[in-house]
Amino acid sequence: MDAILLQILNGLDKGSAYALIALGLTLIFGTLGVVNFAHGALFMLGAFCAVTLQRLLSLSYETIDETKTDFLGNPLKVKTPYVEGWFGPEVGGAIIDWAVPLSVIIAIPIMVGIGYAMERGLIKHFYKRPHADQILVTFGLAIVLQEIVKYFFGANPIQTPPPDALLGVVNIGAAFGLEIAYPIWRMVYFLFSVAIIGGVFSFLQFTTFGMVVRAGMADRETVGLLGIDIDKRFTTMFGLAAAVAGLAGVMYGPINPPNYHMGMDFLVLSFVVVVVGGMGSLPGAVLAGFMLGILESFASTTWATTTIPGINQIIIYLVAIIVLLTRPRGLMGRKGVMED
Amino acid sequence: MLGLNKKDMTLLIVVAILTLLAPFILNPFPVDSGMAQFNAGYPDLMQRFVIFGILAIGFNILFGLTGYLSFGHAAFLGVGSYAAVWMFKLLSYNVVPAILFSVILAGLFSVLIGYVSLRRSGIYFSILTLAFAQMSFALAYSVLSNPKFNLTNGETGLQVYADDPQILHRDGLPDVPHLFGWAMRDNFLELKLGGWEFTFNNGYYLCAAILLVVFYLSIRLFRSPFGLMLRAVKSNQQRLNYTGLNPKPYTLAAFIISGMYAGLAGGLLASMDPLAGAERMQWTASGEIVLMTILGGAGTLIGPVLGAGFIKYFENIFSKINDNVLHQWFSFMPDGMEDFLVFIVHPFVGKGWHLTLGILFMLVVTFLPGGLVEGGQRLGRLVRSRGKKPEDPKDPEHHPKETPHVAE
Repeated sequence: MDAILLQILNGLDKGSAYALIALGLTLIFGTLGVVNFAHGALFMLGAFCAVTLQRLLSLSYETIDETKTDFLGNPLKVKTPYVEGWFGPEVGGAIIDWAVPLSVIIAIPIMVGIGYAMERGLIKHFYKRPHADQILVTFGLAIVLQEIVKYFFGANPIQTPPPDALLGVVNIGAAFGLEIAYPIWRMVYFLFSVAIIGGVFSFLQFTTFGMVVRAGMADRETVGLLGIDIDKRFTTMFGLAAAVAGLAGVMYGPINPPNYHMGMDFLVLSFVVVVVGGMGSLPGAVLAGFMLGILESFASTTWATTTIPGINQIIIYLVAIIVLLTRPRGLMGRKGVMED
Repeated sequence: MLGLNKKDMTLLIVVAILTLLAPFILNPFPVDSGMAQFNAGYPDLMQRFVIFGILAIGFNILFGLTGYLSFGHAAFLGVGSYAAVWMFKLLSYNVVPAILFSVILAGLFSVLIGYVSLRRSGIYFSILTLAFAQMSFALAYSVLSNPKFNLTNGETGLQVYADDPQILHRDGLPDVPHLFGWAMRDNFLELKLGGWEFTFNNGYYLCAAILLVVFYLSIRLFRSPFGLMLRAVKSNQQRLNYTGLNPKPYTLAAFIISGMYAGLAGGLLASMDPLAGAERMQWTASGEIVLMTILGGAGTLIGPVLGAGFIKYFENIFSKINDNVLHQWFSFMPDGMEDFLVFIVHPFVGKGWHLTLGILFMLVVTFLPGGLVEGGQRLGRLVRSRGKKPEDPKDPEHHPKETPHVAE
């Protein structure tokens, strides 16, 4: 019982990342009809927002402490981050410590901006071109973004630790008399992504803007005929999707140190998630994301890997193939969307 | 001749001359001149030109003709390489069984993948092939390299060891891949003419001969009724359905043929250097195949070969350029200007080659969907229309817009 629960929980953090990226992909596909191969790069850019903020915050100046000497006998040089100098060591230290959650604040405008720029600057020109061209150009863009990040940050993973308060492991099964040790940050990540998913859904469900967008997804032309500038709103949705992917990336840093190709690693799996969930279905994307995450976690148990070696590496693909062969439109795909 | 019309025959002959004289053509600069770094006439690079040319020709049969964009072709390349190295391990270093087996195995593998993936089209097909390729990569990288059942040797890569059976190996045969005694890595001729040096490599000429054969086959395929059928699939699959034809067998056949081309390329790669690694199957490798084909011109005969050559050449040249070379180039400029230019160019060369490639790719897809071939045609038209301006006002009604990606 404990073991099963633990595996489910272990799958949740990866599942959350899949679900968030797949949600963004589906939003873009459902509104603009574009398959965005650069979506993984957006995830990666989000993670590097956190890296950048962390580096900015730890910029420091040197002072010489005359009272102490280092091991060579020279006066000791003390590095103090500027933030600590400005706000005092306590507040400043706390700000640096909480760099990753703080990056969420700066990541939202940055990612929305990048999303806008991408849509207006590049993808706009590809609506009337074949799907293959859309795939190819976003693929090219993904390479470019990836290489730019690699140029500035290098090829090695960069540690982005969570705040000290959220470091460590907690026994979340204690209330039920179970023994389930679970890292706090993964818990935070899961709750964070649930909040974002809930936010996106309620935005679409309960606001006028969201209603118009949903109407536009169902029948773009009619909405246009009603005198609504649907393209503008779809651009906003692209920005939103970029922000969702970016936030997923920001918070994922402490779980897995970001490197420049993390986006592509996640992208391929997120595509599989979208396909399994059903192209164009938002609930399907979320459901499939969590499901496949949990499935992957079960396949990584020692029992599974000793029975079938390496099953954890291929389980998601196997499931995708089976789903596509038995139910081609995906778990929750609507009839008629990309059916052929 | 050979069942080709005059235009195709000329093309084949031009390609034949270019590939056979490549050691001369690719080495236009004397060895000790400053331009020697632009020479590409050494065996390793020439082999790669030709092998990736074969790969791109095969990919083009699928993408160029049927419009099915496969993002998983590297899987077949990898399967071909593994198959060839296994032949080396079990039989002998002779490349003939290795290449044959790699083609057959890649063919079987593509039957499997093609049968599943081709049940869907469009984006779904791309995603499915991508998923299959990633799965093959995962299989090769970790799953099939456990101690009990080591088929791929994981991260190290599959290679031939001294204690492998090699049942057909005889004394006197070289201990490297060879064609009935002709070692692939040996040069049968090294010419020194003045400052120039030209190398004629056994392996390169084997690859070149195979390239000519498969290029000929692809011309025949493009011009055959089968090729026409594939183009019909691309232009309108529904129409094809309504005429009572089932497009599935045709697309599957195209998929298998192109998978076998990729397997052949993989086998040749392993024959030149008896090593097969999983990284050959990664999706970036698949992306590179797509790049080559698009860059050269999908759907044209010569485009993919050009694209493959272009990318491999510039990959090689660009990655060799470092800051010292840049400083040399710009040394005629004033100091500040020189440093500034080096600073600007630096991210795009050396390790930044992929950045250049990505930008180039985006530009080509956006502005020149027909690739280099279309660019050449446009240039040609421009030059011609400048010569005789008045008589060339094309009537738009009688010259409808040409369909991109489709060869004449």
